[in-house]
Amino acid sequence: MKTNPMTEQSLPAKRPLSDWLRWNVAKLVVAPTFALIIFFVYGFIAWTGYVSFTKSKMLPTYSFEGVYQYVRLWKMSTWHVAMENLLVFGGLFILIAIVLGCLLAVALDQRVRAEGLLRTVYLYPMAISFIITGTAWKWILNPGLGLEKMFHSWGWESFSFDWLINSDMAIYTLVIAAVWQSSGFVMALFLAALRGVDSEIIKAAYLDGASLSRIYLVIILPTLRPVFLSSFFILAHMAVKSFDLVVALTGGGPGNSSIMPANFMYEMTFRRNQIGLGAASAMMMLATVMAIVIPYLYSELRERKHG
Amino acid sequence: MKILTHKLTVTTALVSTLMFAAVTAHAQPQAEVLHYWTSGGEAKAVQALKEDFEANGGKWIDAPVAGGGGDAQAAVLRSRVLSGNPPAAVQIKGPNIHEWAATGALGDLNAVGAAEGWDNVLPPLLQDIVKYDGKYVAVPVNIHRVDWIWANPEVLAKVDAEPPRTWDEFNAIADKLLAAGITPLAHGGQPWQDATIFETVALGLGGAEFFNKAFVEKDPETLKSDTMKKVFDQMRKMRGYVDADFPGRDWNLATGMVMRGEAAMQIMGDWAKGEFVAAGKKPGVDFLCLSTPSNGGYILNSDSFAMFKVTSADDNAGQELLARLILGEKFQETFNLYKGSIPARMGVATDKFDECAVKSMIDLQASSESGELVGSVAHEIAAAGAIRGAVLDVVTEHFNSDMTSEAAVERLAEAIELAE
Repeated sequence: MKTNPMTEQSLPAKRPLSDWLRWNVAKLVVAPTFALIIFFVYGFIAWTGYVSFTKSKMLPTYSFEGVYQYVRLWKMSTWHVAMENLLVFGGLFILIAIVLGCLLAVALDQRVRAEGLLRTVYLYPMAISFIITGTAWKWILNPGLGLEKMFHSWGWESFSFDWLINSDMAIYTLVIAAVWQSSGFVMALFLAALRGVDSEIIKAAYLDGASLSRIYLVIILPTLRPVFLSSFFILAHMAVKSFDLVVALTGGGPGNSSIMPANFMYEMTFRRNQIGLGAASAMMMLATVMAIVIPYLYSELRERKHG
Repeated sequence: MKILTHKLTVTTALVSTLMFAAVTAHAQPQAEVLHYWTSGGEAKAVQALKEDFEANGGKWIDAPVAGGGGDAQAAVLRSRVLSGNPPAAVQIKGPNIHEWAATGALGDLNAVGAAEGWDNVLPPLLQDIVKYDGKYVAVPVNIHRVDWIWANPEVLAKVDAEPPRTWDEFNAIADKLLAAGITPLAHGGQPWQDATIFETVALGLGGAEFFNKAFVEKDPETLKSDTMKKVFDQMRKMRGYVDADFPGRDWNLATGMVMRGEAAMQIMGDWAKGEFVAAGKKPGVDFLCLSTPSNGGYILNSDSFAMFKVTSADDNAGQELLARLILGEKFQETFNLYKGSIPARMGVATDKFDECAVKSMIDLQASSESGELVGSVAHEIAAAGAIRGAVLDVVTEHFNSDMTSEAAVERLAEAIELAE
């Protein structure tokens, strides 16, 4: 065999490179996505933030005009409706989905028969897009088409369920559809956590004579605090983002009574050529998310320091 | 540079004069056409234009953007213009044409316009829309009339109703229908549909002068006037004439209600005619097209193609060819027969059109002469997107709540002021 003198010579020089690679391969792999996220997420947040301080209409302009768009935004009654709807929808949706998901998980945790099947049944709505959910519920809730008509044709003439076409109640139909879609997912989170609870503790509590409900309330659920938190954050950002469900289920109506901030933003930016105003409303939505996330991050970081 | 532009003008002038000869030696006319006519009769109509364009030696680059009633297309257009590569022709309508022209993005079609005598064949209102600074920057393809009542004659006959000539007569007929247990008005509760009824009422009760003063000049006094209050009063009455399940219903489902006799009338633009015709119904026999009560008024909606500034000789030639064809009598006839609208130019032979379209043409001519012709607000002709949106917000909020007419006019004036 003929050996190449070049290889032998270059070997010592190669080692530092492979060492360097070993230490930095993780960074190298992450770098492109990191760069993309910096640009396409944070870069565009910054851009939107800047545009919200301009008088951009059809095309973005870049002369700074101060808080003009924000003043306009908060004078618009439609925006107030959208923000109130976000509060009502977000609050009820998060609360009901967590309570329902938690109850379902506890019920399934009782070693019921066909648990696998039930789990799938409850979890599957999550696999459906909000557009489908919205359309299906639109048919179910439409008085001339769905539930109400069904009960009428069965002879229950006085039955009335007209939330979908009632300006005051339409926002609650969104809650119904969103809870239907998401509570199974919350259930899955809780079920996984429940399975992780040390059975020794539960056995010990049994021996001490604690009832099942007491064991759940006092011992198990408090250990699930992280699951409550993560469900809350997942559901909260779903609430702030909700757009497609509104489009499919109520179309923002009757009138504009069930419009949400994301729909307002889309309408202003893409239909009414009001890019500046749309950007301002987008920043307000970001601020809403921040108002939830920052206290959470703060408490998490503080705990870690203490821990 | 000057020589070059001069050369270009010469070439394009040559191209337009030698349109039917082989002009490919100098420049092959080509045009990238951005549009959102992707379904049904609209797609067929575009196909007709494409065939015509190709038969005249042009190279058609199709750029359809489906969905969203033009929202998706607007996003594409915006990015194309910002990146300095606009398509040659884009389907844009109403004041959006002026907004684009104001950014300096649109070309100049005056040469073709003068050669073809557009000034003499287009209704003046339409000329205002497609001209900016005295220059033609866009070409209209059609005219839709908005102020129609589509009625089921059998249902109307049940209460011996004659076509209403005033809104009071309309109310009388509707009350009779209600008493007979029939839904008078088929309506879909979507903001633009609410606004469609609103503008026909506004034109009917106030006339063209009031209409323009309120929505074009945006005069706060007119917006808060007693006439406007009466318009909202009538809207409150209309709310009583629709069935309980109206919120969110699509317009074509409402048309279906009239067709099946579940409701007597629908107020909608003449795209509703397409639904009747597709179901095999005959105008004048199975359904009636009546203009909504007004003093010889006409609310116009029109689609158009705006021509963006392009640099190559091929593109320029393409634009001129396209503009000529679009406003040519032949295309105006084929296209509008497919689309259910009427030609944008006056004086096209009427023999192939149905009686509703012929009535529309006659009324257009008459209203254009009497000054009772107005652009639609609900369909973004008289007012730009932001103003239209403000009107829609208030009208739909009033229609779907128990807001008083006094509160509604205050809200309307405020919303329009905020939108500017």
